[in-house]
Amino acid sequence: MATRTIEIHEAVQGQNDQIAARNRAMFEEAGVYVINVMSAPGSGKTEFLARTLADIALHPSDEQANPGHKLRMAVVVGDIATDNDARRLAVSGVEVVQITTGGYCHLDADMVAKAIAHLNLQDLDVLIIENVGNMVCPATFDLGEHARIALISVTEGEDKPLKYPTLFKRADVVVINKIDLAEAVGYQGYVVIDNLSRVAPQAYVIEVSARTGEGVEDWYDYLKAMQGLHNKSICYV
Amino acid sequence: MHEVGLMQHTLDIVFDRAMREDSHRVKAVHMRVGEDAGVVPDALQLAFAALSQNTMANNAVLEIECVPVRCFCQACNRKFTPGDIFYECPTCGKLAAEVLSGHEFELVSFEVD
Repeated sequence: MATRTIEIHEAVQGQNDQIAARNRAMFEEAGVYVINVMSAPGSGKTEFLARTLADIALHPSDEQANPGHKLRMAVVVGDIATDNDARRLAVSGVEVVQITTGGYCHLDADMVAKAIAHLNLQDLDVLIIENVGNMVCPATFDLGEHARIALISVTEGEDKPLKYPTLFKRADVVVINKIDLAEAVGYQGYVVIDNLSRVAPQAYVIEVSARTGEGVEDWYDYLKAMQGLHNKSICYV
Repeated sequence: MHEVGLMQHTLDIVFDRAMREDSHRVKAVHMRVGEDAGVVPDALQLAFAALSQNTMANNAVLEIECVPVRCFCQACNRKFTPGDIFYECPTCGKLAAEVLSGHEFELVSFEVD
Protein backbone atom coordinates (compact mmCIF):
# COMPACT_ATOMS: atom_id res chain seq x y z
CA MET A 1 0.00 0.00 0.00
CA ALA A 2 1.25 3.49 -0.78
CA THR A 3 2.58 5.61 2.03
CA ARG A 4 0.77 8.85 2.57
CA THR A 5 1.45 11.76 4.88
CA ILE A 6 -1.20 13.18 7.16
CA GLU A 7 -0.45 16.82 7.99
CA ILE A 8 -1.29 18.10 11.47
CA HIS A 9 0.90 21.16 12.27
CA GLU A 10 -0.47 21.60 15.76
CA ALA A 11 1.09 22.21 19.13
CA VAL A 12 0.63 19.22 21.39
CA GLN A 13 -0.69 20.75 24.53
CA GLY A 14 -0.10 18.04 27.05
CA GLN A 15 -2.77 17.04 29.46
CA ASN A 16 -1.05 19.07 32.16
CA ASP A 17 -1.42 22.30 30.22
CA GLN A 18 -5.10 21.64 29.63
CA ILE A 19 -5.77 21.07 33.32
CA ALA A 20 -3.61 24.07 34.23
CA ALA A 21 -5.74 26.23 31.94
CA ARG A 22 -8.86 24.98 33.74
CA ASN A 23 -7.26 25.74 37.11
CA ARG A 24 -6.35 29.22 35.91
CA ALA A 25 -9.94 29.85 34.78
CA MET A 26 -11.24 28.77 38.18
CA PHE A 27 -8.79 31.07 39.93
CA GLU A 28 -9.85 33.98 37.71
CA GLU A 29 -13.51 33.26 38.35
CA ALA A 30 -12.94 33.20 42.11
CA GLY A 31 -10.72 36.31 42.06
CA VAL A 32 -7.90 34.60 43.95
CA TYR A 33 -4.24 35.44 43.28
CA VAL A 34 -2.13 32.27 43.07
CA ILE A 35 1.62 31.88 43.49
CA ASN A 36 3.79 28.80 42.85
CA VAL A 37 6.81 28.77 45.15
CA MET A 38 9.79 26.67 44.04
CA SER A 39 13.28 26.06 45.36
CA ALA A 40 15.84 23.41 46.16
CA PRO A 41 15.22 21.37 49.31
CA GLY A 42 16.48 23.22 52.38
CA SER A 43 16.36 26.78 51.02
CA GLY A 44 13.91 27.79 53.69
CA LYS A 45 10.71 27.80 51.62
CA THR A 46 8.52 26.61 54.46
CA GLU A 47 10.05 29.01 56.98
CA PHE A 48 9.64 31.88 54.50
CA LEU A 49 5.98 30.97 53.95
CA ALA A 50 5.36 30.41 57.67
CA ARG A 51 6.59 33.94 58.38
CA THR A 52 4.49 35.33 55.52
CA LEU A 53 1.39 33.68 56.94
CA ALA A 54 2.18 34.79 60.48
CA ASP A 55 2.70 38.41 59.41
CA ILE A 56 0.07 39.10 56.76
CA ALA A 57 -2.49 36.30 56.64
CA LEU A 58 -5.85 36.92 58.20
CA HIS A 59 -6.14 34.75 61.27
CA PRO A 60 -9.57 33.61 62.47
CA SER A 61 -9.08 35.72 65.59
CA ASP A 62 -8.37 38.83 63.47
CA GLU A 63 -11.95 39.14 62.28
CA GLN A 64 -12.64 42.22 64.38
CA ALA A 65 -9.22 43.87 64.14
CA ASN A 66 -8.49 45.72 60.92
CA PRO A 67 -8.93 42.89 58.43
CA GLY A 68 -8.31 45.34 55.59
CA HIS A 69 -4.56 45.12 56.04
CA LYS A 70 -4.38 41.37 56.06
CA LEU A 71 -5.01 38.88 53.29
CA ARG A 72 -7.27 35.84 53.36
CA MET A 73 -4.84 33.10 52.46
CA ALA A 74 -4.66 29.33 52.08
CA VAL A 75 -1.83 26.98 51.19
CA VAL A 76 -1.43 23.86 49.09
CA VAL A 77 1.86 22.16 49.94
CA GLY A 78 3.53 19.33 48.04
CA ASP A 79 6.04 16.84 49.43
CA ILE A 80 7.09 13.36 48.43
CA ALA A 81 6.46 12.16 51.97
CA THR A 82 5.25 13.42 55.37
CA ASP A 83 2.83 16.21 56.18
CA ASN A 84 5.42 18.07 58.27
CA ASP A 85 5.23 21.21 56.15
CA ALA A 86 1.46 21.32 56.32
CA ARG A 87 1.59 21.04 60.10
CA ARG A 88 4.12 23.87 60.35
CA LEU A 89 2.07 26.14 58.14
CA ALA A 90 -1.26 25.27 59.77
CA VAL A 91 -0.01 26.86 63.00
CA SER A 92 -0.83 30.19 61.39
CA GLY A 93 -4.52 29.31 61.44
CA VAL A 94 -4.95 29.35 57.66
CA GLU A 95 -6.28 26.40 55.77
CA VAL A 96 -3.54 24.08 54.48
CA VAL A 97 -3.96 21.17 52.09
CA GLN A 98 -1.05 18.73 51.91
CA ILE A 99 -0.36 16.81 48.73
CA THR A 100 1.86 13.80 49.37
CA THR A 101 3.10 12.81 45.94
CA GLY A 102 4.49 9.45 46.97
CA GLY A 103 7.36 9.67 44.49
CA TYR A 104 6.57 12.39 41.96
CA CYS A 105 9.30 14.99 42.16
CA HIS A 106 7.01 17.89 41.29
CA LEU A 107 3.42 19.02 41.59
CA ASP A 108 1.33 18.91 38.44
CA ALA A 109 -1.91 20.63 37.52
CA ASP A 110 -4.05 17.58 38.23
CA MET A 111 -2.74 17.26 41.79
CA VAL A 112 -3.46 20.95 42.36
CA ALA A 113 -6.94 20.62 40.84
CA LYS A 114 -7.75 17.86 43.33
CA ALA A 115 -6.31 19.83 46.24
CA ILE A 116 -8.23 23.04 45.54
CA ALA A 117 -11.48 21.09 45.57
CA HIS A 118 -11.02 21.15 49.36
CA LEU A 119 -10.94 24.95 49.47
CA ASN A 120 -13.49 27.72 49.04
CA LEU A 121 -11.54 29.77 46.50
CA GLN A 122 -14.16 32.56 46.57
CA ASP A 123 -13.21 33.24 50.20
CA LEU A 124 -9.52 33.71 49.41
CA ASP A 125 -7.36 36.65 48.39
CA VAL A 126 -4.18 34.61 47.90
CA LEU A 127 -3.46 30.92 47.40
CA ILE A 128 0.11 29.81 47.98
CA ILE A 129 1.29 26.61 46.32
CA GLU A 130 4.48 25.36 47.94
CA ASN A 131 6.01 23.02 45.36
CA VAL A 132 8.17 19.98 46.04
CA GLY A 133 11.78 20.97 46.80
CA ASN A 134 13.38 20.55 43.37
CA MET A 135 14.83 23.11 40.95
CA VAL A 136 14.40 21.08 37.78
CA CYS A 137 10.99 19.51 37.21
CA PRO A 138 8.62 21.99 38.86
CA ALA A 139 9.84 24.68 36.44
CA THR A 140 8.25 22.90 33.48
CA PHE A 141 4.82 22.17 34.96
CA ASP A 142 2.21 24.88 34.73
CA LEU A 143 -0.17 24.61 37.68
CA GLY A 144 -2.45 27.47 36.66
CA GLU A 145 -0.64 30.01 38.85
CA HIS A 146 -0.41 33.78 38.28
CA ALA A 147 3.16 34.15 39.46
CA ARG A 148 6.19 31.94 39.97
CA ILE A 149 8.43 32.57 42.94
CA ALA A 150 11.92 31.05 42.83
CA LEU A 151 13.63 30.92 46.19
CA ILE A 152 17.34 30.37 46.78
CA SER A 153 19.43 30.86 49.89
CA VAL A 154 22.85 32.43 50.45
CA THR A 155 24.32 29.03 51.31
CA GLU A 156 23.73 27.58 47.84
CA GLY A 157 26.40 29.29 45.82
CA GLU A 158 26.35 32.31 43.58
CA ASP A 159 26.01 30.37 40.32
CA LYS A 160 22.68 28.76 41.18
CA PRO A 161 20.76 30.89 38.65
CA LEU A 162 23.16 29.79 35.90
CA LYS A 163 22.75 26.11 36.71
CA TYR A 164 18.97 26.14 36.56
CA PRO A 165 18.13 28.60 33.80
CA THR A 166 14.67 27.18 33.06
CA LEU A 167 13.46 27.89 36.59
CA PHE A 168 14.89 31.39 36.74
CA LYS A 169 13.87 32.45 33.23
CA ARG A 170 10.27 31.71 34.13
CA ALA A 171 10.34 33.31 37.57
CA ASP A 172 8.43 36.50 38.34
CA VAL A 173 10.13 36.93 41.73
CA VAL A 174 13.44 35.61 43.02
CA VAL A 175 13.75 35.55 46.80
CA ILE A 176 17.27 35.21 48.21
CA ASN A 177 16.79 33.83 51.70
CA LYS A 178 18.97 33.46 54.80
CA ILE A 179 20.82 36.77 54.37
CA ASP A 180 21.42 36.67 58.11
CA LEU A 181 24.01 33.99 57.28
CA ALA A 182 25.62 36.01 54.47
CA GLU A 183 28.80 36.91 56.32
CA ALA A 184 29.27 33.44 57.78
CA VAL A 185 29.28 31.83 54.33
CA GLY A 186 31.05 34.59 52.45
CA TYR A 187 28.00 35.31 50.32
CA GLN A 188 28.80 37.57 47.37
CA GLY A 189 25.48 39.24 46.70
CA TYR A 190 26.70 41.30 43.77
CA VAL A 191 27.63 38.09 41.89
CA VAL A 192 24.18 36.56 42.37
CA ILE A 193 22.40 39.79 41.47
CA ASP A 194 24.56 40.09 38.34
CA ASN A 195 23.82 36.49 37.34
CA LEU A 196 20.12 37.05 37.91
CA SER A 197 20.11 40.28 35.92
CA ARG A 198 21.44 38.31 32.94
CA VAL A 199 19.48 35.05 33.26
CA ALA A 200 16.27 36.49 34.67
CA PRO A 201 16.06 40.18 33.76
CA GLN A 202 12.27 39.96 34.15
CA ALA A 203 12.37 38.93 37.81
CA TYR A 204 11.87 41.12 40.89
CA VAL A 205 14.73 40.18 43.24
CA ILE A 206 14.45 40.47 47.01
CA GLU A 207 17.00 39.55 49.70
CA VAL A 208 15.41 38.41 52.95
CA SER A 209 15.87 36.50 56.13
CA ALA A 210 12.79 34.46 56.99
CA ARG A 211 14.35 33.93 60.39
CA THR A 212 15.03 37.53 61.41
CA GLY A 213 12.42 39.21 59.21
CA GLU A 214 14.94 41.37 57.35
CA GLY A 215 13.67 42.37 53.91
CA VAL A 216 10.28 40.66 54.15
CA GLU A 217 8.33 43.92 53.99
CA ASP A 218 9.34 44.26 50.31
CA TRP A 219 7.88 40.81 49.70
CA TYR A 220 4.65 41.69 51.49
CA ASP A 221 4.33 44.94 49.52
CA TYR A 222 4.78 43.01 46.26
CA LEU A 223 2.28 40.33 47.22
CA LYS A 224 -0.35 42.85 48.34
CA ALA A 225 0.13 44.94 45.22
CA MET A 226 -0.20 41.93 42.88
CA GLN A 227 -3.20 40.61 44.79
CA GLY A 228 -4.82 44.02 44.55
CA LEU A 229 -4.43 43.99 40.77
CA HIS A 230 -6.17 40.61 40.58
CA ASN A 231 -8.93 41.42 43.01
CA LYS A 232 -12.19 41.35 41.09
CA SER A 233 -13.87 43.60 43.60
CA ILE A 234 -11.58 46.49 42.76
CA CYS A 235 -12.48 48.45 39.66
CA TYR A 236 -9.79 50.48 37.94
CA VAL A 237 -11.28 53.35 35.95
CA MET B 1 11.23 14.90 32.55
CA HIS B 2 7.68 14.45 31.37
CA GLU B 3 8.48 13.12 27.92
CA VAL B 4 6.47 9.95 28.52
CA GLY B 5 3.24 11.82 29.22
CA LEU B 6 3.78 14.16 26.29
CA MET B 7 4.58 11.29 23.92
CA GLN B 8 1.53 9.35 25.05
CA HIS B 9 -0.61 12.39 24.35
CA THR B 10 1.03 12.82 20.94
CA LEU B 11 0.42 9.18 20.04
CA ASP B 12 -3.20 9.44 21.17
CA ILE B 13 -3.64 12.24 18.62
CA VAL B 14 -1.87 10.21 15.92
CA PHE B 15 -3.86 7.02 16.52
CA ASP B 16 -7.16 8.86 16.66
CA ARG B 17 -6.49 10.63 13.35
CA ALA B 18 -5.06 7.50 11.70
CA MET B 19 -8.18 5.52 12.49
CA ARG B 20 -10.43 8.28 11.22
CA GLU B 21 -8.41 8.21 7.99
CA ASP B 22 -8.91 4.46 7.83
CA SER B 23 -5.23 3.67 8.28
CA HIS B 24 -3.87 0.84 10.34
CA ARG B 25 -0.13 1.29 10.28
CA VAL B 26 1.90 4.34 11.23
CA LYS B 27 5.38 4.32 9.71
CA ALA B 28 6.79 7.64 10.85
CA VAL B 29 5.96 10.58 13.10
CA HIS B 30 7.42 14.05 12.53
CA MET B 31 7.72 16.57 15.35
CA ARG B 32 9.24 20.01 15.98
CA VAL B 33 10.74 20.44 19.43
CA GLY B 34 12.10 23.78 20.61
CA GLU B 35 15.54 23.88 22.28
CA ASP B 36 13.98 25.58 25.27
CA ALA B 37 10.76 23.56 25.42
CA GLY B 38 11.91 21.66 28.49
CA VAL B 39 11.86 18.42 26.50
CA VAL B 40 14.93 16.25 25.93
CA PRO B 41 14.89 14.72 22.40
CA ASP B 42 16.69 11.53 23.48
CA ALA B 43 14.17 10.96 26.24
CA LEU B 44 11.40 11.57 23.73
CA GLN B 45 12.87 8.89 21.45
CA LEU B 46 13.01 6.44 24.36
CA ALA B 47 9.42 7.22 25.28
CA PHE B 48 8.34 6.79 21.68
CA ALA B 49 10.08 3.43 21.37
CA ALA B 50 8.46 2.18 24.56
CA LEU B 51 4.97 3.51 23.94
CA SER B 52 4.71 2.55 20.28
CA GLN B 53 5.41 -1.14 20.96
CA ASN B 54 2.48 -3.38 20.07
CA THR B 55 0.50 -0.47 18.68
CA MET B 56 -0.19 0.58 15.11
CA ALA B 57 3.05 2.57 15.33
CA ASN B 58 5.14 -0.50 16.17
CA ASN B 59 8.62 -0.09 14.62
CA ALA B 60 7.75 3.40 13.40
CA VAL B 61 10.40 6.10 13.19
CA LEU B 62 10.26 9.36 15.17
CA GLU B 63 11.85 12.29 13.35
CA ILE B 64 12.53 15.31 15.54
CA GLU B 65 13.37 18.71 14.12
CA CYS B 66 15.06 20.76 16.85
CA VAL B 67 13.98 24.39 16.69
CA PRO B 68 16.63 26.83 17.90
CA VAL B 69 15.87 29.70 20.24
CA ARG B 70 15.40 32.96 18.30
CA CYS B 71 14.92 36.29 20.04
CA PHE B 72 13.84 39.75 18.97
CA CYS B 73 15.47 42.90 20.35
CA GLN B 74 12.93 45.72 20.32
CA ALA B 75 15.58 48.38 20.82
CA CYS B 76 17.49 47.34 17.67
CA ASN B 77 14.50 45.95 15.78
CA ARG B 78 16.37 42.81 14.88
CA LYS B 79 16.22 39.09 15.48
CA PHE B 80 19.15 37.13 16.86
CA THR B 81 20.11 33.65 17.97
CA PRO B 82 21.49 33.71 21.52
CA GLY B 83 24.72 31.80 21.98
CA ASP B 84 24.01 30.77 25.57
CA ILE B 85 21.42 31.01 28.31
CA PHE B 86 21.75 34.80 28.41
CA TYR B 87 19.44 36.23 25.79
CA GLU B 88 21.69 39.21 25.12
CA CYS B 89 21.27 41.21 21.94
CA PRO B 90 24.65 41.03 20.12
CA THR B 91 24.25 44.62 18.94
CA CYS B 92 23.21 46.55 22.02
CA GLY B 93 23.68 43.99 24.79
CA LYS B 94 20.15 44.47 26.14
CA LEU B 95 18.54 41.49 27.79
CA ALA B 96 14.87 42.33 27.48
CA ALA B 97 14.54 40.23 24.34
CA GLU B 98 11.30 38.72 23.17
CA VAL B 99 11.54 34.97 22.50
CA LEU B 100 10.22 34.19 19.01
CA SER B 101 10.92 30.49 18.85
CA GLY B 102 12.43 27.70 20.88
CA HIS B 103 9.44 26.68 22.99
CA GLU B 104 7.67 24.51 20.41
CA PHE B 105 6.30 21.04 20.96
CA GLU B 106 4.49 20.39 17.74
CA LEU B 107 3.16 17.39 15.88
CA VAL B 108 3.94 18.22 12.28
CA SER B 109 2.72 15.15 10.40
CA PHE B 110 2.81 11.39 10.34
CA GLU B 111 3.05 8.77 7.60
CA VAL B 112 0.70 5.85 7.19
CA ASP B 113 0.05 3.07 4.76
